[in-house]
Amino acid sequence: MAEFSLPANSKVKIGNTHKAEAGAKRVKAFKIYRYDPDTGQNPRVDTYEIDLDECGPMVLDALIKIKNEVDTSVTFRRSCREGICGSCAMNIDGTNTLACLKSIDDVKGDVKIYPLPHMPVVKDLVPDLTQPYAQLASIEPWLKAKSPPPPDEERRQSTEEREKLDGLWECVLCFCCSTSCPSYWWNGDRYLGPAILLQAYRWIADSRDEYTGERLDELEDPFRLYRCHTIMNCTKTCPKGLNPAKAIGEIKKLMVQRM
Amino acid sequence: MTDNSMRTPIGRVRGLGSAKSGLHHWWMQRVTAVALIPLTLWFVASLISLAGAGYAETVAWLGSPVVAVLMIALIIATFYHAALGLQVVIEDYVHHEGVKLVTLLGVKLLASLLAIAALFAVLKLAFGG
Repeated sequence: MAEFSLPANSKVKIGNTHKAEAGAKRVKAFKIYRYDPDTGQNPRVDTYEIDLDECGPMVLDALIKIKNEVDTSVTFRRSCREGICGSCAMNIDGTNTLACLKSIDDVKGDVKIYPLPHMPVVKDLVPDLTQPYAQLASIEPWLKAKSPPPPDEERRQSTEEREKLDGLWECVLCFCCSTSCPSYWWNGDRYLGPAILLQAYRWIADSRDEYTGERLDELEDPFRLYRCHTIMNCTKTCPKGLNPAKAIGEIKKLMVQRM
Repeated sequence: MTDNSMRTPIGRVRGLGSAKSGLHHWWMQRVTAVALIPLTLWFVASLISLAGAGYAETVAWLGSPVVAVLMIALIIATFYHAALGLQVVIEDYVHHEGVKLVTLLGVKLLASLLAIAALFAVLKLAFGG
C-alpha cells in the first residue's frame, strides 16, 4: 500500500537554534531540514535566525549566508542563482520552487525549507534524482529523424512550428513539478511524471522530429502516461510558470487522434 | 531507489517496456462519463416526478420501452465507469502485486454481477415478469 506515515527513522526531530546577533533589527527565522545518513540519526529541523538587513532578498541568499557565516555543514545544491540551472529546487514554505527565485518577503512568518518531497535524501536539502534523470534519458530527449540533415544548413522550421515549442523549451529540469505530484509519489517507479512528460512532448511537438509515432508508442502505457489524473500540482508549483499538465493533455489528445 | 539491485537506473526505468495500451481505458472512462451526464439527470428527474407514485405505477413506468432502454444504458454506463475508476484507485494505491490482482478481479466481478442483476430486474419488468 501507499505509505501515509513516515518510518520511525525518518521522523523529523527538533534540532538546534542559532540565534541572531545582538542588535539585529529585522530578524527572520529559517527552519531548515537537516539529515546526514552517515550519523545514523533521525532528520531534524535546525533554526537559523538571520538579520535581513545583512542578507540578499532571495531564500538562496539566506542559505548561502547561513552556510558562509553560521553553519558550514548545511548542504544544498546551487549554481546560477538566477533560475536558469534548476539546481536549487527545494520545498520552501510548503511549495516546491527554486530558492533563487523565491523572495524572502513572500514568506509570512518563519521560512521552512525542506528537500523536494518523496525523493531519497542524500544529505540535508540534496535529493537523489537518479530516477528522474534515468526517466529523462528513457524518453530520448534529442531530435530523431529518418531524413539526413540537409548539407550546409540546419533543419528548417517555420515560425509557426517554432512557436509550438514555446512553454516547453524553457524547462530547466528542476523537478519541482514531478516531486509535487501525488501520482509520482505513489508510482514514480513507473509513472514518468510531469517534468519528463513535458520533455517528451517537447520532442513530439517539434516539427523537425520524425519519430512522433514511436515516441507516442513508448508513452502509451497505463503507468508511464496515464497515471496523470490532472491533479495540476505540477502547473501550480512550476517556478518557471510553465504548464506541464497542458503538455500531458496534449499528449493524451494525440493518442486519441491516432486511435 | 531503496532496493539493493545492481541494475542500472535506466534499466530499471525502461523495465518491462511500454504496455502499448491504456488509451482505451482512459477513453472509455471519458465516454461513459459523458454518457452519464444526461442519463443521470434524466434518472434523478424521473425519480423526483415519481415521488408519491404507488408500486404499480412505478413498475409500469420502469417497464415501458423507452424507460427500460434508458435504464439499461444507465446501468451499463454506471457500472462500466465505476469499474474503470476503481481500477485506477487500486493501481494507484495497492502496491503488493498479489493483493492488487485479487482486488482488481474482485472489483470487476462485483461490478459485473451488480450490473447483470440490475439489467435482469429491468428486463424482467419490461417483459412482464
